Amino acid sequence: MTTAQGTAVPRKRATARPVKWLSRGVMQLFLLVIGLVWLTPAAGLFLSSLRSEEANAGSGWWTALTAPSQLSLDNYTTLLKDSGIVQAFWNTVLISVPTTLAVVVIAALAGYAFAWMDFPGRDWIFLVVVAMLVVPVQIGLLPVAKLFGALGLFGSIPGVVLFHTAYGLPFAIFLLRNYFAEIPKEMLEAARMDGGGEWRIFSQLVLPLGRPAIASLAIFQFLWVWNDMLVALLFADNESQPLTVALQSQMRQFGSNIGVLAPGAFLSLIVPLIVFFAFQRHFVQGIMAGSVK
Amino acid sequence: MPVTSRAVPPAQARGTAPHPPHGAPGSSGAAAVRRSVRRRRRIAAIFLLPALLLLGALVAYPIVFSVVRSMYDASGNTFVGADNYTAMFQDPATLRAIRNSAIWVVFAPALLTGLGLVLAVLTEKIRWKTAFKLLMFMPMAISFLAAGIIFRLTYEQDPQRGVLNAVAVGIHDQFQGQSASFPTAKARLGDKQLTKGHDGSYRTTHRTGPGHIANLGLVGVAPKDMPSTARPAAPAAKSPAGSDELRGVVYLDFTPGGGGTPGTVDRAERGLPKLTVEAVDSHGKVAATATTGPDGSYRLPHLAPGSYAVQLPAKDFAAPYGGVPWLGPALITPAIIGAYMWIWTGFALVLIGAGLSSMPRDVLEAARMDGANEWQVFRRITVPLLGPVLGVVFVTMVINVMKVFDLVYIIAPGPVQQDANVLALQMWLVSFGGGNNQGLGSALGVLLLLLVVPAMALNIRRFRRSQS
Repeated sequence: MTTAQGTAVPRKRATARPVKWLSRGVMQLFLLVIGLVWLTPAAGLFLSSLRSEEANAGSGWWTALTAPSQLSLDNYTTLLKDSGIVQAFWNTVLISVPTTLAVVVIAALAGYAFAWMDFPGRDWIFLVVVAMLVVPVQIGLLPVAKLFGALGLFGSIPGVVLFHTAYGLPFAIFLLRNYFAEIPKEMLEAARMDGGGEWRIFSQLVLPLGRPAIASLAIFQFLWVWNDMLVALLFADNESQPLTVALQSQMRQFGSNIGVLAPGAFLSLIVPLIVFFAFQRHFVQGIMAGSVK
Repeated sequence: MPVTSRAVPPAQARGTAPHPPHGAPGSSGAAAVRRSVRRRRRIAAIFLLPALLLLGALVAYPIVFSVVRSMYDASGNTFVGADNYTAMFQDPATLRAIRNSAIWVVFAPALLTGLGLVLAVLTEKIRWKTAFKLLMFMPMAISFLAAGIIFRLTYEQDPQRGVLNAVAVGIHDQFQGQSASFPTAKARLGDKQLTKGHDGSYRTTHRTGPGHIANLGLVGVAPKDMPSTARPAAPAAKSPAGSDELRGVVYLDFTPGGGGTPGTVDRAERGLPKLTVEAVDSHGKVAATATTGPDGSYRLPHLAPGSYAVQLPAKDFAAPYGGVPWLGPALITPAIIGAYMWIWTGFALVLIGAGLSSMPRDVLEAARMDGANEWQVFRRITVPLLGPVLGVVFVTMVINVMKVFDLVYIIAPGPVQQDANVLALQMWLVSFGGGNNQGLGSALGVLLLLLVVPAMALNIRRFRRSQS
């Protein structure tokens, strides 16, 4: 084998080839093991969610690999009959979708203003927004809870949405302002010459041109809110709590609640996973851009 | 008008003229210009209003509020100055949280960046790298809650439930052999034949020599703990020993249902299988080792003439190995960091991978042509060229790690929550989770904010540089 190919490649390489093949094999094996290690915990949750309470109490989920007859959808049908969990699922939707819309719209308006409008203090205000990128939500919990209490927003979906929107804005404005600023000046000037008002330029030129950034932002923001627990833990009550909060309250009796927790966790992560596989590219870009947070 | 010349948008930085005034191009006169300026400002204000309102009320105001509130006591009525900040470093729970947060910051970002770098370099050359990266990135999509549930299950102490301990026990048994143990077994009260050692072992009181039989009777094993493979010991109890060996049975000296004579191997009494039996010579050295069969029989062969005691070592009575207490107080923080790495490694991998693929190929090739081996290429060229990307990953992780809350809250079981405590969790516990000290809670919030100020400054600097 080595000699047959040896004519095509430099001689020095030819002798190194078997070593290379071996090391490549070891490398692939190593990565395969890492991949398996990464997959195992999630597979464990999934298989556990398909096993009965007794089965989960008595033996490991991996026994289902050799005895698939233990698997059934019973946990899921029970879970979907639990009105509290179903309510929590819809609350999650009712929190994440409006928040995403609000963040995108408000940040697009502001991003356009920061990128293309002249007003006093523009750059200083924008720097303040950049500074707010890394402000931890923790600092807002207590004061905003008091504020919402006074306004009657505490323990309601609108309260959760407002809080999330505010803390999503710095990054959103930062991202969109930078993206909008890359739009060629000539295009905007031509539109202004044609007598286009700011609103028309914004809605008919800037928004369509900014679609890729807006898509990444929307996906990032949606997942951020969908996956949140901390904010909802404080600002939502029993009626308005999302899935994450409803599930964490079952964690105390982890051992005996696995029949609810495993399918519940799966219910909560299936939506992000669908988003992930449907919009891979935007998803990765959104996360990458959002990492400055 | 822009206040600084550096932070202007790129379009202006490119050297073109500032925006032309709005309104009709032909209209002249100071009044018209002022009018158009005012109009433009009004439009800008409308575009900005929702954002500034929300940011002002829910981000800026809370910062001011927290700073002020942190200088008052729990009730909020008494001004205490910096007392909450000094209390922070005297309260043991908060101190532990600070210490744990420090552990997080020291280990998690470095481990993540390192692992991401190694995986990025390794995946570079394989064909299924896209699939691999996709798999590794997937945990980024799911919530800390779901990840927490996943790892609570993975770290479960019972090897029958937690996969990690199932593996740990499997490996342990592989190395320790298949020997069994009966933790509850002991010699009958008043038994003169067996003497208990200090380490929990038992040995025969009377020494014996090769060619003899020594039957060792134990009690205290519940029927449910008897292995189903155990067989009656009586047949083997009398089989004669060769001249250089010791034989006998280890049996449960208890006849189910009553009857039987203590100290003799009765018909219904079963042997204790898979136990280790040792012959100890007169110097106290172990001369031979054997493992009992299903009927409890053992055979210690090739013994030199002399007197020996037959010993059941301490491990015959040890509790079975139960795996590693991942969720116990000592390992809880490393365990949660492990779960955190499961989530974030894909992020580091993808970011560093992107940096790798944009690296100049010819530099690497040239180095290889010059005879550099892969390690030298990695160490001297890849890592230095990746420096900026590695920095971004590292800084990002530091910021994120300081705010970690959900994972700790979910994974740490109630009794060890204090051992796993971190700043963000302590802030929550003090303010809302029963502590009910909003003064100290606010101070912790302010501390969290202060800790990310360097990141804030870095962001601003990075931004201003990108604009100049």
